[in-house]
Amino acid sequence: MDGTPLKEEDLKKVSTIVYKPNAKYAYSAGQAYSKFLLGLKDKKIIGRKCNKCGRVYVPPRMYCDDCFRPTDEWVEVRDEGIIETVVASFISWTRERIEKPEIVGVIRLFPSNDKDWVFPGLFHRICAEFEEVKNMSLFGKKVKAVWKDNREGSINDIECFKVIE
Amino acid sequence: MKSNLYFRRVAVIGAGLTLFRRRLLETPQELAWEASRKALDEAGLDLKDIDCVVIGSAPDAFDGVHMKGEYLAHGSGGIRRMVTRVFVGGATGVMVPITAWYHVASGLCQKVLAVAEEKMSPARPHPQSVFRYIWDPITEKPLNPNLIWIFAMEMHRYMYVNKISKEEIALVSVKNKRNALNNPYAQAAGNITVDDVLKSEILVWPVQLLDTSPVSDGAAAMVIVSEDIARRYTDTPVWIEGVGWALDNTEWTGRELTYPRYLEYAARMAYKMAAIERPSKEIDVIEPYDPFDYKELHHIEGLMIAKRGEAPKLLKEGVFDIDGDIPSSPSGGLLGVGNPIAAAGLMKTISIYWQLKGTAGKMQVKKPVHTGLAQAWGDLMQASTVIVMRN
Ligand SMILES: [Zn+2]
Repeated sequence: MDGTPLKEEDLKKVSTIVYKPNAKYAYSAGQAYSKFLLGLKDKKIIGRKCNKCGRVYVPPRMYCDDCFRPTDEWVEVRDEGIIETVVASFISWTRERIEKPEIVGVIRLFPSNDKDWVFPGLFHRICAEFEEVKNMSLFGKKVKAVWKDNREGSINDIECFKVIE
Repeated sequence: MKSNLYFRRVAVIGAGLTLFRRRLLETPQELAWEASRKALDEAGLDLKDIDCVVIGSAPDAFDGVHMKGEYLAHGSGGIRRMVTRVFVGGATGVMVPITAWYHVASGLCQKVLAVAEEKMSPARPHPQSVFRYIWDPITEKPLNPNLIWIFAMEMHRYMYVNKISKEEIALVSVKNKRNALNNPYAQAAGNITVDDVLKSEILVWPVQLLDTSPVSDGAAAMVIVSEDIARRYTDTPVWIEGVGWALDNTEWTGRELTYPRYLEYAARMAYKMAAIERPSKEIDVIEPYDPFDYKELHHIEGLMIAKRGEAPKLLKEGVFDIDGDIPSSPSGGLLGVGNPIAAAGLMKTISIYWQLKGTAGKMQVKKPVHTGLAQAWGDLMQASTVIVMRN
């Protein structure tokens, strides 16, 4: 016995149980993320710095992973940085085809440099075209956050990051 | 020089696999049972001989059942025995034999049944949607990510920094799907070309459909025992000589994605234990984790078998072909055999075990093999597990 694969016609015979779990979550953002989210409302990107190793955590952390001690201070990093990587999604999170690709990537925020072992990095949308993703011209480009007018303390208060030079 | 030689030697004496397919009829427990029964039969043991059971399954959400440990335990022979469940996401499949290894190496157990199972197909509308819940709920999930985003981001960075083309990467998919033609358990075997990969559906650029492994169900099992038991039951034991595992920081957005540092740590630990100083000279056959084609190259570099950015060049030269110097994924890997997550990692370990035992059938590599390695990777980009075996 090796396992029995179902054929397409078998699938028409089986009944599917569709079940929507009544599981809801109310997350606690904690000290670090709370301050971060409040910062976004004011168009600020807030991080935490460990003065022992100098690392800046964005999104912020109350402790340093490596030193295993509390991080020391709140720092505001710039809403500008460098595109580390960028991709274009032609599928939704449920794997449906989408016509206009969604462009997302990682931005290494300033102040930081490309030698940093851990840097303030934000995963977000990038306002750009598929062609620019495909021809890799976006890599290394300087970008700036485009803020929404109505901000509510969410990662979505930033519309996307836009190339500025 | 070997280190940590205070533990007992540990051997593999049996293994079993189910078919890897999308939508198998069997339940997770039934799949685990089938793989376990085959592994016991190959070892010449019965369930009554087993002291301890180790089970592995990656995100519970796939099978649609939480408390997967208890759920899987009976199909895995765990009733009235010491049962341990391990869980490091995609790295679980190799963490299962590693955990069985330290159960035996420590002297706690003599005979361990190590089982890994996954059914991805039950998730609706697609297993992709389940992956949404592995992202940070506050800073990432509101952006509606799908799992492929993260692979695409890593792949694109790897291509950019090392100046690697999609054509060079697609050769991994071509090789692995071709190797899988020799594997009777495989789901996605085929003779494809680089062109087929480049013309396949774009999912998340630069990832296209044939750059990825399929949605799969399946199970795998291994019997792992102490040296004296191994000598009693077989003339051809395969020894577990080195194990390693490590995590990197979970802030994946705050580190360089070009190089799998998490894997270098794990590999260094395993190499030290197995007294391997020059991995590219001393390892004969490898099964690096390949849920996506670029990932095999990325991992070959993390295993220090190729220098950073040089795996594609060696691939093109045929070094990793089934008749090459260091055959890579002779089983067909996840790209060719399928990717029931935890089961896929254990399948890779079993592939190396069969290669070293000389019973890999049509999958057997051409050159004589003495040392082999299997590896897996998972969690949100940062866990890795490595196992080194010798005959
Ligand atoms: Zn620190």
